[in-house]
Amino acid sequence: MTRKITIEPVTRVEGHGKVTIHLDDKGNVTQSRLHIVEFRGFERFVQGRPYWEAPVLVQRLCGICPVSHHLAAAKALDVIVGAGTGDGLTPTGEKMRRLMHYGQTFQSHALHFFHLVSPDLLFGIDADPAIRNVIGVAMKFPELAVQGVMMRKFGQEVIRATAGKKIHGTGAIPGGINKHLTIAERDEFLKGADPLNIEKMIEWSIAALDLFKGYHKANAGLIDTFAAFPSSHLSLVRKDGALDLYHGVLRAVDANGKKILHDVDYQDYLKYIGEEVKSWSYMKFPYLLELGKEDGWYRVGPLARLNTCDFIPTPLAQKEFEIFRAYTHGKTNNMTMHMHWARLIELLHAAEMMKDLLNDPDLLKGDLVIKGTKQKEGVGLIEAPRGTLFHHYRINDNDQIEMANLIVSTTNNNKPMNEAVLRVAVDQMTGQKEITEPMMNACEVAIRAYDPCLSCATHALGKMPLEINLFDSKNNLIDKKRT
Amino acid sequence: MSEKIKFTIDGKECFAEQGQNVLDASRDNGVYIPFLCHVKGIKQAGSCRVCNVKIAGRTMTACTTPVAAGMAVENDTPELRDLRLAIIEALFVEGNHFCPSCEKSGNCELQALAYKFQMMVPRFPYQFPQKQVDAENAKILIDRNRCILCKRCIRSFKDEKGRSLFAFKSRGHKLQICIDEECAANITDEMAQEIMNICPVGALIKKEKGFNEPIGTRKYDNKPIGSDITSVI
Repeated sequence: MTRKITIEPVTRVEGHGKVTIHLDDKGNVTQSRLHIVEFRGFERFVQGRPYWEAPVLVQRLCGICPVSHHLAAAKALDVIVGAGTGDGLTPTGEKMRRLMHYGQTFQSHALHFFHLVSPDLLFGIDADPAIRNVIGVAMKFPELAVQGVMMRKFGQEVIRATAGKKIHGTGAIPGGINKHLTIAERDEFLKGADPLNIEKMIEWSIAALDLFKGYHKANAGLIDTFAAFPSSHLSLVRKDGALDLYHGVLRAVDANGKKILHDVDYQDYLKYIGEEVKSWSYMKFPYLLELGKEDGWYRVGPLARLNTCDFIPTPLAQKEFEIFRAYTHGKTNNMTMHMHWARLIELLHAAEMMKDLLNDPDLLKGDLVIKGTKQKEGVGLIEAPRGTLFHHYRINDNDQIEMANLIVSTTNNNKPMNEAVLRVAVDQMTGQKEITEPMMNACEVAIRAYDPCLSCATHALGKMPLEINLFDSKNNLIDKKRT
Repeated sequence: MSEKIKFTIDGKECFAEQGQNVLDASRDNGVYIPFLCHVKGIKQAGSCRVCNVKIAGRTMTACTTPVAAGMAVENDTPELRDLRLAIIEALFVEGNHFCPSCEKSGNCELQALAYKFQMMVPRFPYQFPQKQVDAENAKILIDRNRCILCKRCIRSFKDEKGRSLFAFKSRGHKLQICIDEECAANITDEMAQEIMNICPVGALIKKEKGFNEPIGTRKYDNKPIGSDITSVI
């Protein structure tokens, strides 16, 4: 009898998705899929709206990383108002946006590691789910839980100071930013009472990295092999090859480190990237045109970024980057669980970047906005916490948006996440008579590594239920189990 | 100089000029009567009905009622608060007011009134009407999704020949504001800003200005609507 296993909803990820795994009558995995079951439609209903509304409207896609959408849209509109392609803003405009973005990355990475992932690492993938959650972490490791909350708070406060609000602010406008940082705000971030100051954030970022490295040392077998598979990697890099989360050129490397996209201008992204639609998911499947639909898929996010960049332009993170690269002898790192390692290196980098920016006097004074000759079309890319985010708009003669195309970070990771689930399902479930909760959590651990933001319609407090449905070969439901 | 007329609002002794309407007089006496369509110095329309007060047992619009000697005006009563809230809710459901992405948010009088009257879920069903955006003018964008048909723009802006820059078109539930492209051909940036400021909602938008006022500095970010008239709301 063939069986179909459904894991729905996938827990401790942002948004709502489900996994189905099909087993044949011998218990072999024949197919596994991550389904994204929500439809958003922003690209359609933004049509007809005035272009300057896009950064504020489109960020409502998400309550988790709205700053990324806010900034990607603003960058696309910079092109439309003639302010250049990302590096043409005033120093204040660019640096305030960068501070906003690194604040966002810092809080998002902290949330992911401390709230979503740490239960798996601290208690084990197969631990009792009643303990294996953020409340369990708070009970057993209260100091760690407090660190997670405070780091998130720090990042959120940086967003508030730059965007006006912690969630869904309005700071970035076409051609620049709408405010300066005040001296009081700057001093609070630099010298605020413990723990909410930048020095403590750097110290805690290093501690989080050490925690992961310690876990890695003790569990190298698991971390190095779990859901690992070779793939291409894509991200923005600064023109000199440095890690840059705000602006740069597009670079992709293959599984062996060979450059397959050579630092191209992202205004031309349509020349390099295509999107495939599949009937079972609302999420599209992007791929590199040159390699085709079958082989052109790639990963984005922290692991991809550390695979594509040549160095990190802040000293402490660079030191960690060198250790990270040395682990694979400088070669491309394809180990899925190393995404956590890469994410924590970026956490440290974001903290260092915030410190540098906060000490920059351009934040406190100077022109906020610059505009030039208006254009009809613009593309904005940014490295969101979860990976490369594309916003593309075209306007009509009356300043209304007539076309919008978004390729969201998680969309880029669609195929890799499916691949990761398949690897785990084959490893864990093949030939097993009984499908256990730890087996299902293993699938989720693989997805969770990507920190996907499947969309933002579902937010649940506490434990979300897992549901397994067993189907016979005629697709009749024969058993149902809810944890 | 003519003698002032004595009257009361909620028992408070007030004074008005001869011929002054209750709404203007209340403002001069430091009493806030909520309103949406009224503009001081411009002929009143009485169209929004938010300034409804009770005088001698009858509900009347404060903006169109002249003060009479000895008049006793009821303003801040549970009945009138609920009536005003109902009107505000009706305005919300009959348009498409999506505050999260509206650049008038924080400066919008309708939104500010909704906060002041603590509107939660409207008692009326949402209509979600099909409305258009008219973006053809070079300086002003009309978003009819947000228009409450208060006529402030029609009454406030005229060209040198006295012709209104704005007018109503169609009738009944199809009634909509439109711009006279001939009269409005030479709108300056300053005038476009004035037009945007006069509109109580986000229906008239100065083009390409969007969101340049940071959150925290907008008109109603820190103080509720009416605070400029009285410190005790």
